[in-house]
Amino acid sequence: MTGTIAAAPPALRFEDVTHGYHAAAPVVRALSLSLARGEVVCLLGPSGCGKTTTLRLAAGLDRPWAGRVDIAGRRVEDAGPTHVPPERRRVGFLFQDFALFPHLSVLGNVLFGLKDRPRRAARARALAMLGTVGLAERAGAYPHQLSGGQQQRVALARALAPEPALLLLDEPFSGLDTRLRRAVREQTLRVLQQSGVAALMVTHDPEEAMFMADRVALMQAGRVEQIDSPMQLHHRPRSAFAVRFFSEVNECVGRVEGGRVATPLGLFDAPDLAEGAAARVLARPEALIPTLAGETGFAARVVSVRPLGHETILLLGLTRPGSDEPVMPLTARVPGRPTCAPGDLLGLAIETDECFVFPDEGPDDTAEAPPMAAP
Amino acid sequence: MARPSPIPRHRSWVIGSLAAAGIVALPVVAVLVIALGPGGGAIWAHLAATVLPHYVVTTLALMVAVGTGTLILGVGTAWLVTLYRFPGQRLFQWALLMPLAVPAYVIAYVYTDLLDYAGPVQGTIRAALGVTSAADYWFPEIRSLPGAALMMTAVLYPYVYLLARSAFLEQSACVLEVARTLGCGPWSTFRRVALPLARPSIVVGLALVLMETLNDFGTVDYFAVQTLTAGLYNVWLIMHNRPGAAQIALVLLGFVVVLLVLERLGRRRRGYQATGTRNRTPATTRLTGGPAVLATLACAAPVVVGFGVPALVLGRHAVTRFSESWTTGFVTQALNSLALSSGAALIAVAIGLFLAYAVRLHGGRGLRLLVRCAGLGYAIPGAVLAVGVLTVLAGLDTALDRVMEATFGLDTGLLLSGSVVALLFAYTVRFLALSHGTIDAGLGRVRPSLDMAARTLGRAPGQVLREVHAPLIRGSLLTAGLLVFVDAMKELPATLILRPFNVDTLATHVYQYASDELLEQSALAALCIVLTGLIPVVLLSRSITRARAWGGVAP
Repeated sequence: MTGTIAAAPPALRFEDVTHGYHAAAPVVRALSLSLARGEVVCLLGPSGCGKTTTLRLAAGLDRPWAGRVDIAGRRVEDAGPTHVPPERRRVGFLFQDFALFPHLSVLGNVLFGLKDRPRRAARARALAMLGTVGLAERAGAYPHQLSGGQQQRVALARALAPEPALLLLDEPFSGLDTRLRRAVREQTLRVLQQSGVAALMVTHDPEEAMFMADRVALMQAGRVEQIDSPMQLHHRPRSAFAVRFFSEVNECVGRVEGGRVATPLGLFDAPDLAEGAAARVLARPEALIPTLAGETGFAARVVSVRPLGHETILLLGLTRPGSDEPVMPLTARVPGRPTCAPGDLLGLAIETDECFVFPDEGPDDTAEAPPMAAP
Repeated sequence: MARPSPIPRHRSWVIGSLAAAGIVALPVVAVLVIALGPGGGAIWAHLAATVLPHYVVTTLALMVAVGTGTLILGVGTAWLVTLYRFPGQRLFQWALLMPLAVPAYVIAYVYTDLLDYAGPVQGTIRAALGVTSAADYWFPEIRSLPGAALMMTAVLYPYVYLLARSAFLEQSACVLEVARTLGCGPWSTFRRVALPLARPSIVVGLALVLMETLNDFGTVDYFAVQTLTAGLYNVWLIMHNRPGAAQIALVLLGFVVVLLVLERLGRRRRGYQATGTRNRTPATTRLTGGPAVLATLACAAPVVVGFGVPALVLGRHAVTRFSESWTTGFVTQALNSLALSSGAALIAVAIGLFLAYAVRLHGGRGLRLLVRCAGLGYAIPGAVLAVGVLTVLAGLDTALDRVMEATFGLDTGLLLSGSVVALLFAYTVRFLALSHGTIDAGLGRVRPSLDMAARTLGRAPGQVLREVHAPLIRGSLLTAGLLVFVDAMKELPATLILRPFNVDTLATHVYQYASDELLEQSALAALCIVLTGLIPVVLLSRSITRARAWGGVAP
């Protein structure tokens, strides 16, 4: 998607943007972000992290306290004299509730953003857009006559019809039921790629972000924690938060000694950490691979087996060699249906690629049970 | 998600709202200025030593009587039709609102006509007793303070009824049933659970009733009951004492402030009625035999007294005296009423829409407060408003005259204060809350994402209002216009003072004829007012049945 247009100005650029709704409690803090043309970026994060506010700032629906915003190389906001109102920003907005105008037909909705074009051209463009989303034959229908999925597609056609420089999507699939969501998501992605528009999408669903985005911007407390491709984010998370956000993890702590951390799950390399520092090891459930007992140094007692169909969650209790007392609860995720039952003793191999070492900043605030400390 | 924050500032909307609120507040400020102006002290001392105490006591007595009457009637009937089934109960649900269509002065004229010495009732009594003189038997004098209280109660109780009923409907059946399982009988459930829960709403209804009581001029004038409003007219129009009238207006405003505080408190505490989830409405109990008959009678009586009898009497007079009533004069008055009320409705809807949308755009606390203040006109008695409006316009006229005289040598005289501008001004101030409230509720049902979608699709705020909101809230705009139209048509006290010379409306025509004991000739006009007044009743009853149907769908 870069290449020939790499030299072109970014579709959207945020520089040190700060905004909030109550003084002294900014929701977005010194946020910087840049979208290349045609790029799809997902803003991912827990609720209240400032994702939606970021979107509103991009659209010009709110004015930031500080910072600058450029759209397609044009300064649209500098928190000073410059403020381009939403209607002149050339942005499309796709809302969670689709926000279709109930008093206008499907065609009327799509035509709404095309009033500056000659009538004939506007009509042709609107019908073409409806064709792209597969709804050309419903042009005369009214929004309340459409299903949720169809409404979402009309909203998409309406947002894209005026050929915006940037499309903003606010949890565009959360109004749909889970079965429909996947299909609509795929179609939306296809339409986005066809139109070549840069898109900034807000979601709190990691799977959705990984599926849709060229790059994912992981947000926490008003800042971007990490912005990377989905693969990078998965393989090179830069913080404990980035690991925890994508799945439940097994955590344990230890001290760095000789460049390594000793934990109940074994020794882990910690080349970037200072000697003697407290370190926290996060092991994804996929990192724990059951083997035949006795093959490795780790054994665990099966507490419960939760088959999910294509994979199985095992709740385990880690035991020390020579003892039957479980010292630490663990969660493993294994493909298929392993043949084990509660009470069985398993051997565990640790896949270190799925384990990450960070300086210890305490357990996850939102977690219910603290991880067990190393002895 | 946090509360949707304001779309970036658009100064013109804020300035416009400021101007609208300022204009609305102007008459009240003017009353304050004259009342507290030079020489005010001496007049105040004189008023306080002579008429004022009497006015205040009479007003208080009237308020207590009307308040008590409307409370008993309104709460009682609301409880009956909400919780019990008896013959006619479904009809009474909305029929109990019908007296709202009859202005207090009209009902006063009708019952005086019926119950006076010369009226048919006393005539029948005399014939039955075979006596000829009033000294030979006792009959209560209708043209008295209790009579006025009775008349006002008969047409004002629907305010209490309406609010009490909606409060009872909102109460969850579970709460009432729990009370029953804890050992309360039906009566003690009502007294110990339902009534306390509904109290804030009832207080709001009561405050509205008392505001209307303060506003009334027609009835107290006709019955020679010397309330503050009647006194204000006396001091203003007969003694020609403007500062004195303004000072009486000030005392009236004091009463109004107390009522407003009462109403605010009520509205604020209504929060505790609504429990988070939508509950099923209370189950109704079927009444049979004696209780059913009593319930039917209890609900029928207010409808018959407050609407049936006046409508019948007026209808009969209107038919028998049709040729005398249907004159060019009548047509002119009807057209005047129509034009003035339509004008007021248009202006009030336009300003109401502007203010409601400005608040939607900005949502700032300051603006919200300002708009709320602009809506307080409904509480200001028409007489007080008239004094304020005349003062403001007279000031403008003088200034205008001076400028025109100096620049063009023209004598413009009383350009504004003697024109329909004064009337439209007063109507707008008084009925703005009605239109604004209705429109605001309509706008509230339009999701904010529609605004944002329209903005990002290339529309400025004004265009969004025109292309998205206006078509979506067409119904609310129409309702708001109708409500203002009807109330402006019924309005008497301000119209009497402010109407241009020789311009009569239906209301002033009825007032003048009825004051001269010529009710029969003005019955057609009065009937027109009453029938127009039925429009909001129909609207209200429709919204009630809709709410009911909606409640029925919910689990």
